[in-house]
Amino acid sequence: MLKCQKCDRQATFHITDLIDGKPKELHLCEDCAQNFLSPSEEDTSDVMPAMAGLLAQHLAVGETADQLARLDQMRCPVCSITFLEFRKQGRLGCPHDYEFFSEELEPLLMNIHDQTNHIGKVPKRCPQGADQQTQLIRLRREMKEAIATENYERASQIRDEIRDIESQNRTAEES
Amino acid sequence: MELNELTNASGEWLRGAGPESDIVISSRIRLARNLADFPFLSRATEADRAAIEQILQETISHLIKQEKLDPNTLYIKVGEIDHLDRMFLVERQLISRELADATGARSVVIDPQEKYSVMINEEDHVRLQVMQSGLNLHAAWEQVNRLDDLIEEHLVYAFSDRLGYLTACPTNVGTGIRVSVMLHLPALVITRQIEKVFKSLQKISLAVRGLYGEGSQAMGDFYQISNQITLGLTEEELIAKVADIVPVLIDYERQARDFLIRESHETLHDRVSRAFGILRTAQTISSEETMHLLSSVRMGLNLGLISDLQIPTINKLFVHTQPAHLQKLAGNDLDSAARNIERASYLRKHLDGNKPNGPTQN
Repeated sequence: MLKCQKCDRQATFHITDLIDGKPKELHLCEDCAQNFLSPSEEDTSDVMPAMAGLLAQHLAVGETADQLARLDQMRCPVCSITFLEFRKQGRLGCPHDYEFFSEELEPLLMNIHDQTNHIGKVPKRCPQGADQQTQLIRLRREMKEAIATENYERASQIRDEIRDIESQNRTAEES
Repeated sequence: MELNELTNASGEWLRGAGPESDIVISSRIRLARNLADFPFLSRATEADRAAIEQILQETISHLIKQEKLDPNTLYIKVGEIDHLDRMFLVERQLISRELADATGARSVVIDPQEKYSVMINEEDHVRLQVMQSGLNLHAAWEQVNRLDDLIEEHLVYAFSDRLGYLTACPTNVGTGIRVSVMLHLPALVITRQIEKVFKSLQKISLAVRGLYGEGSQAMGDFYQISNQITLGLTEEELIAKVADIVPVLIDYERQARDFLIRESHETLHDRVSRAFGILRTAQTISSEETMHLLSSVRMGLNLGLISDLQIPTINKLFVHTQPAHLQKLAGNDLDSAARNIERASYLRKHLDGNKPNGPTQN
């Protein structure tokens, strides 16, 4: 009978542990094996903490309740998401949020990625500057609103503006 | 090509071929992309969703016309198919559960060989994923990168010089890449080392998920290892992070298997043989029990403890015995009890020991 290496009972569990990358065999009884294998408390956290949790964690440091409340009220002019809404759902509302909330997002990105600058693939066709992107999103929204309020004259003006921007884009790509 | 034509096939990732395919089931890479001139989906109106869907659908048909994509490419509006078909696509890993359960305009583009799929209006406007059998991340990257280039020629993605591809969730910003390898690790589970492996992977910011089931509680001992970071490293570096650790995990699993063979050969042989026996004779069987037993049989087969079967057959059974697949194969809706009977019958038919090559068709 093989004895447990931590007490004198019969070893029923044979475990290969990895110590400094090298396998080491352990022979343990059921109780000692359970103690050995049950993860300690710090390890029971989720693999990836929820975004909201991460943000709350980050914001709790160095922010007063007032500052936090003011931050939560900030509203992106393009998609009209508030920072509070982002914190709650963990999803941003439009590409412009990365600009608009850049100061708030920076530490969060650092927390998640340990980096804040992209060095990977670049699309062959980049948008014509961030301004134009957000302008298109805003114009489309304004056009919808104009249609909803039956202001068709305004809607057609906006449609022309959108077409102008889009045709500029195409010309720029072709050249 | 029709969705139903996929039912009897088994797709690229179940082929059971490719490097290290006794332990590595599949390699997959997905890219998250968003159109520059629409809000992200949490703020998109139904009209926005429909417009995004239409732009992508036109792009795909254009690529098919230019013969850059297979003429048999499937384009499926996920909202227009029934619940069973949606679950079928989830089990097949062609769409995510989120896409299946969402509402509003949403679609999936599926390669006829199931080597890639493109989800439209999931968490991001566009999610491209490429699947490869076995350990083959470099081929997966080459393919997904090419697919990304092809689609990108027809539209403008939200991209910033500083932050890269802009995504709905800041956890994906930058490259938008998720590199995953699916591993079959039954010996690490039996020898109870799997938790320790997880812990060490988390320390180097890699995520581990069970394939079916939640969290680390994996059904069938399948685990998916993937990168968590997407910003500040190149795609190649992020792929290397995952690719470098996989051989180490393969080695641990092999050592654990050797240990079991050496130290408890009879117990292991018994476990594998009993599993095979139950699968070949059961009259009613749940999905959980099936996964559990198939896992033992798969390992036994790789260790030469069982011989009259082939890996692709076993791989296929893992997926074909899932609830939606069973019902699609049976041709009608079945409740849980009826599914268990149908599953047992399907297993008996496909694990018949008198057919040495293992049936590969139905």
